[in-house]
Amino acid sequence: MDIAVTSAGLKELAAYIREERGALVTDATIAFGELTLHVQPSGLIELATFLRDDPQCQFVNFIDICGVDWPGRAERFDVVYHLLSPRQNLRIRLKLMTGEDVPVPSLCGVYPGADWFEREAYDLYGILFTGHPDLRRILTDYGFEGHPLRKDFPLTGFVEVRYDDEVKRVVYDPVELRQEYRDFDFLSPWEGTDYVLPGDEKKSQ
Amino acid sequence: MTEHNVRNFNINFGPQHPAAHGVLRLVLELDGEIVERVDPHIGLLHRGTEKLIEHKTYTQAIPYFDRLDYVAPMNQEHAFALAVERLAGVEVPIRGQLIRVLYSEIGRILSHLLNVTTQAMDVGALTPPLWGFEEREKLMVFYERASGSRMHAAYVRPGGVHQDLPEQLVEDIGKWCDPFLRTVDDIDELLTENRIFKQRNADIGVVTLDECWAWGFSGVMVRGSGAAWDLRRSQPYECYSDFEFDIPIGKNGDCYDRYLIRMEEMRQSARIMKQCVERLLGKDKIGPVSSRDGKIVAPKRGEMKRSMEALIHHFKLYTEGYRVPEGEVYAAVEAPKGEFGVYLVSDGTNRPYRCKIRAPGYAHLQAMDFICRGHQLADVSAILGSLDIVFGEVDR
Repeated sequence: MDIAVTSAGLKELAAYIREERGALVTDATIAFGELTLHVQPSGLIELATFLRDDPQCQFVNFIDICGVDWPGRAERFDVVYHLLSPRQNLRIRLKLMTGEDVPVPSLCGVYPGADWFEREAYDLYGILFTGHPDLRRILTDYGFEGHPLRKDFPLTGFVEVRYDDEVKRVVYDPVELRQEYRDFDFLSPWEGTDYVLPGDEKKSQ
Repeated sequence: MTEHNVRNFNINFGPQHPAAHGVLRLVLELDGEIVERVDPHIGLLHRGTEKLIEHKTYTQAIPYFDRLDYVAPMNQEHAFALAVERLAGVEVPIRGQLIRVLYSEIGRILSHLLNVTTQAMDVGALTPPLWGFEEREKLMVFYERASGSRMHAAYVRPGGVHQDLPEQLVEDIGKWCDPFLRTVDDIDELLTENRIFKQRNADIGVVTLDECWAWGFSGVMVRGSGAAWDLRRSQPYECYSDFEFDIPIGKNGDCYDRYLIRMEEMRQSARIMKQCVERLLGKDKIGPVSSRDGKIVAPKRGEMKRSMEALIHHFKLYTEGYRVPEGEVYAAVEAPKGEFGVYLVSDGTNRPYRCKIRAPGYAHLQAMDFICRGHQLADVSAILGSLDIVFGEVDR
């Protein structure tokens, strides 16, 4: 798609949304030919309903909800919503920040398709949604503990399963690694590392 | 007539059921033979793809995309490659684009062949899979001849494709198209007017267009309900706007319409492939298949023998990888099953900070409960078949 053409359309759209529902949008940016609206959790439902029903928007197609983890931040999670307007042929991204135990209003009432995507965000990140009809885990194992896509969750996880022939069932054991997980860091040591290279700690002394 | 006591049943459908298309576990609540509630339990094939990608460089992330929807691997890679290219601002040369389109369409046929024929099998027909799989086998050989692997190709890479196609291969793909259309006609004759097939599919699993949008459907599911919405046309990527093809749409939004659309899409794909082959053998016979940017695309072996710079680039790309500028993009392709999207967040290092995979099957499967309610138990497998679910992409 021609980025220049879409960007013009998105600029118009952003101005229009600002005009109509400016109070709900804290920031609107266009980057890489995509429009991102930053919103407050409290205004999410109203804004989504407006985007869906307004004749100039018609973002009727629900695309995606996902979490992003930024552990260094006070409100560590981004919740990112993607919507599509088939009539206007435009996409939009809504973004809000939330903390570990601050719930976000569920979008299930506006888009029924949000159901599983919110369950997934809850499962993988532990983001809570209020008003969700059935906030269960979805992708991880029955009885799984923790939220695997958080940045502080180890890649290897905590438990491993195997079939135990003696007890005749599947058993869960703590992960036992033959060698420690090696997280190779290929970033060039000459540029852009923010850690001290082994041996370099003496340099400043 | 004596009155029977009808009991409510809870049935576990799968995870080891031939019509569950993989590892789906459906907990069905039945009133007699009428489905009252469906609770799909997924995640039995969850491999933590998104987590793994966060720990790999951009190049190392590509093979994970083959393992999502494993019946049409290259279409997924394509979405990831588009996302990286958008962030990094890389242009793909025209020959590379043509090869991508060619193989995306092969992927579409691979997927539709599997779906149409196994859906027929789900409702009782055994011959179509045998006929369809023969053609799939040939297509997988085309995959192998391009990438060295029948399924897990890792062929579409950011910047272009991995290697150029041999001329003979392009010719063979061209020669394959017409006989394939005859096979489609054969399957068509076998199924389309078949009384049992029609009875099992027509007016089953009807979804209106408004419901489709709200549930996050895309691809064939939306087209079956009457919207001429195809990302290849409406938001063209690569050189799709150069090609002539039609977008079939349905009227009734039922399983039968979706079947008909898939059949027609295979013919249209073959049509696109023929145009691709013509250009690859004619106007765009010679030319680069991937970007010349040495900071993103690894140099060819021959270059490395002569050029020190190429050698350094090769070493850097296969150890450190390339860095992608900070930012976030959502890139989507029209995969055979619907809109396959990749939401990529980069923090400027050599690894994706977050890579969310938006699989069409995930949105389709969650609507099982909504579509199946009030249907007969036997319709569940017909509906499941027409949703075109592959667990690699649903569970990720």
